Amino acid sequence: MASATTSGSIARAPAPSREKPPANLVGPLAWLRANLFGSWWSTAVSLALIYLIARAAWGLFSWGVLHAVWTVPQAAAGPDSTACRNAIGTGACWAVVPEKLRFILFAFYPYDQQWRPAIVVALFIGLFVVSANRRFWRKELLLIWLATLVAIGVLMWGGVLGLSYVPQDQWGGLPITLILATFGLIVAFPLAVLVALGRRSTRLPAVKMICVVYVELIRGVPLISLLFMASVMFPLFMPAGVDIDKLLRAQIAIILFAGAYLAEVVRAGLQALPRGQAEAADALGLSYWKKTAFIILPQALRLVIPPLVNTFIGFFKDTSLVLIIGIFDLLKAGVTAVADPVWQGFGNEVFVLLAAIYFVFCFAMSKYSRGLEREFGRSRNR
Amino acid sequence: MSQTAERPRTETPAGAEVPAIVLDHVNKWYGALHVLRDVSMTVAQKERVVVCGPSGSGKSTMIRCINRLETHQEGHILVDGVELTDDLRALDTIRREVGMVFQSFNLFPHLTILENCTLAPIWVRKMPKAEADDLAMDYLRRVKIPEQAKKYPGQLSGGQQQRVAIARALCMKPKIMLFDEPTSALDPEMIKEVLDTMIGLAETGMTMVCVTHEMGFARQVADRVVFMDRGEIVESGPPARMFEAPETDRLKLFLSQILRGH
Repeated sequence: MASATTSGSIARAPAPSREKPPANLVGPLAWLRANLFGSWWSTAVSLALIYLIARAAWGLFSWGVLHAVWTVPQAAAGPDSTACRNAIGTGACWAVVPEKLRFILFAFYPYDQQWRPAIVVALFIGLFVVSANRRFWRKELLLIWLATLVAIGVLMWGGVLGLSYVPQDQWGGLPITLILATFGLIVAFPLAVLVALGRRSTRLPAVKMICVVYVELIRGVPLISLLFMASVMFPLFMPAGVDIDKLLRAQIAIILFAGAYLAEVVRAGLQALPRGQAEAADALGLSYWKKTAFIILPQALRLVIPPLVNTFIGFFKDTSLVLIIGIFDLLKAGVTAVADPVWQGFGNEVFVLLAAIYFVFCFAMSKYSRGLEREFGRSRNR
Repeated sequence: MSQTAERPRTETPAGAEVPAIVLDHVNKWYGALHVLRDVSMTVAQKERVVVCGPSGSGKSTMIRCINRLETHQEGHILVDGVELTDDLRALDTIRREVGMVFQSFNLFPHLTILENCTLAPIWVRKMPKAEADDLAMDYLRRVKIPEQAKKYPGQLSGGQQQRVAIARALCMKPKIMLFDEPTSALDPEMIKEVLDTMIGLAETGMTMVCVTHEMGFARQVADRVVFMDRGEIVESGPPARMFEAPETDRLKLFLSQILRGH
């Protein structure tokens, strides 16, 4: 009644300015009405879903917080996980996390030397942050990358500058994941661009053929089979005494695999570009490589940022497949951590931690790519 | 060079100069489709030629053969005395001398207007950046849009974009300009600004080959009009003669269709 009177009086007032939409079309309540409770049917579905979500959230809260065991007493023989065992089925045992964190992150890297891989992880993250900032996209960035990668190698291997030598088979955990993913993608990406360009070449049929065969061959087999080949078959082809480091072999397998997938993404971008762009560059007298570098690639790559990042994220996680050939990446280190008799049965808690670590990296990539798209979109359109 | 000087087909006197463009019995096929049939034409230095004809007549294909965006299969094409072959160095030389303006502008959308204009001078002519910027601003002033230099192509109207495309081509200081239906993709109210720019360019003595249906432009600017149909040159001559006393039925038919359309 009151509202009817108000609206009546407003209607009689001299032509109200309608710069804002009516209040019942904006705000959270309007949103709820429009999206969740628009009709009897959607109200019923909304209520059912809200109930299910609330139950799941409560269950998670009850397990992860309310009934969780955060610490366990330290006995002379080591931690005593009895409290955790009693809570199995009702509460999480977060005590396993601080207990095993260093092993999950660094695996069998000598315990007293683990500050080295810790610095390596920090260097990687620093490198990502610096590279993500477009203000630093200059030639110097290449030098920063080279210097950082050398520093990472020195820290991991040691043997110089008074650092003790740590053979590669003792590396493990997060640094392995970051090494495989970072080197994998920074090498695979230029490779992919070359393969995509080669596949579209009209002047060099032999090059085109090689690129097609490479892409189709690699895409046609699972990554796991490539990793097996790299770890088991590859040494058979090598002359006796030549031993290429297992991590390097896995790295090469990942590079080849990611290269084939990324090449197809890049090719999609090349194909989406109107032919007139290449023709205009030709007509101006730009050589093939200048045309490619200044006109074709900048546009083609912008077009495929979403699928490129999609592939990047996929491969970041696919590095975990190296556990199959006995490389201790983050996932394998986590699995091994709960093989300890004291902590057997607390895999869930460790997997939650691993998922969180993977998520942070993948979500950062995804967030960053959306930012890039927006930024490039601004300069293109009005 | 002596080879080109001997050619009897030069229709306008070119003196002792090497003709700007010579097409000598050029044939081209797309698969089984014969798109250029024995096309022969000579364009003298500073001559302005308008090529017209119904769509599918091969006029765009012909003009695109002149800077080898398309390859011909038979015959010879000489630009400024240099023959177009698979030799990449000859092609580089020719493309520096020949500017081209496209129907769909083909500006580079990821570069600013200024960068569109300076890219080729800097990377092909090896011009210092400051000099290239000055040159580009100079040409942007001539096409009357210096104030847009910092914008991106997507922010400009079609007519403005096409004027930038002309400025971009001119920044390479070409001897010959090719126009491939430069006004066909424009809204009517923008056609004039582009044609005015082209008329201004013609007054500077640039050698121009222009595929267009703008008969007013042809009358005002062209030394010669070439009419093509079904891949061959049917008739050519000065614009007044071509439009007022067409000799062939095909040109008569074409002119009647064009005039009805306007």
